Amino acid sequence: MAGSTPRVGVLALQGAFREHINALQRLGADAIEVRTPADLAGVDGIMLPGGESTTMDLLLGSSGLREPLAAAVAGGTPVFGTCAGLILLARDIEDGVEGQRTLQALDVTALRNGYGRQVKSFEGPVALAAGGTDMVGIFIRAPRITRVGEGVEILARLGDEPVAVRSGSIMAATFHPELTDDDRLHEVFLAGITNSSGE
Amino acid sequence: MSEQGTMRIKGGLAEMLKGGVIMDVVDAEQAKIAEDAGACAVMALERVPADIRADGGVARMSDPDMIIGIQEAVSIPVMAKVRIGHFVEAQVIESLEVDYIDESEVLTPADEAHHIDKWKFTIPFVCGATNLGEALRRIGEGAAMIRSKGEAGTGDVVEAVRHIRAITGEIRQLQAMDPDELYARAKELQAPLPLVQETARLGRLPVVLFTAGGVATPADCALMMQLGSDGVFVGSGIFKSGDPAARARACVEATTHFRDAKKIAEVSKGLGEAMVGRSAKSIPENELLAGRGW
Repeated sequence: MAGSTPRVGVLALQGAFREHINALQRLGADAIEVRTPADLAGVDGIMLPGGESTTMDLLLGSSGLREPLAAAVAGGTPVFGTCAGLILLARDIEDGVEGQRTLQALDVTALRNGYGRQVKSFEGPVALAAGGTDMVGIFIRAPRITRVGEGVEILARLGDEPVAVRSGSIMAATFHPELTDDDRLHEVFLAGITNSSGE
Repeated sequence: MSEQGTMRIKGGLAEMLKGGVIMDVVDAEQAKIAEDAGACAVMALERVPADIRADGGVARMSDPDMIIGIQEAVSIPVMAKVRIGHFVEAQVIESLEVDYIDESEVLTPADEAHHIDKWKFTIPFVCGATNLGEALRRIGEGAAMIRSKGEAGTGDVVEAVRHIRAITGEIRQLQAMDPDELYARAKELQAPLPLVQETARLGRLPVVLFTAGGVATPADCALMMQLGSDGVFVGSGIFKSGDPAARARACVEATTHFRDAKKIAEVSKGLGEAMVGRSAKSIPENELLAGRGW
């Protein structure tokens, strides 16, 4: 990592990547759009935004990004996925379309559209395991984490349910912190990048 | 305490659709083709605009059975159209738990003065606009997403270009204005002042902006993206073409890689016949759809 400014590649195939770029820039990081394998060169961290997981899955294949992305994640490059990004990271998914693939990097099971269709989308109070005031969680046709594997740390809950998790260098949330001004989870992600590069 | 139907929730779904292609489909089979090709959502309707145009008559909300069939066939968001001002069609569509309502000029308007009061609904709405004032009036009524109208069912992109350029150009003018001048400008635009001020500050609409109406090729999709659109609707252009699955896939690729001319060239190869199309200029004034909406 050059100097103290982390460079984060934000997957920009489809979805709400602009909001993640804005959040990362607010926190002083360099954020770049990633659409091709070449865009991944030299990034210190990777952000997988929300969007349609089926669309992103197809575009990951055709852009040639799937293998380099999987290799980066497996190699310990810090990654943070929100909503569809969580689905892309999950080891298992329920209610995926036939043939839908994931990176299978995070030992959780994600149920797509776990709360139902858009009329069931909601905002609700998310309690952080680290304490502090609740975050406003924006849940949009959000997935639900139906199984948490051993060694996966729960970073935040909605009621009793895990809605943000971490395992090693991998973070994921079922909701959209990028749609609010509350950047605390992005801060945790960036701190992970700084720590991993200091090793 | 959780809350549903807030503007953040309504607009949030549109944010997730960005960089994607929303495709018109008339049955479950087409919906599946669209999903498999990477559509980020589908618009369920009985007849695509090209057929509505050819058939004439009154165009209305689709049969709920047909919409439900499409909802059951795919996992991506499903949208459906209602007539301008027809709030009962909107209540019906909301009861089906469709993900987004398009209050659309493609259908025959039900009210020539009033659009639907969209704040009364939990379901989000997308509305068409030909210029900035129209877009901001719709947002003032509660629309959570705007699409430039173009001229639906023509396969002629010229009106889509006119409308997206009008909206983005008028936004750039706002940005250049002194704050003192925004009051008079709001009056000229016939738009709510707070939305005019917010648009000037953001340098874009306060909600997501897609393009629609006449987009028929991968290059059309990329053109709209380069002109500042957040995503595209492709209506008749896909299923009125020779090879819908390939064309759908190519439109998705071109929308993502919209600055990459080599990629657009590659996906444009061998797509077969585009929809035949009809020049927007050849359509008599009283048959134009974009003028519907007030």
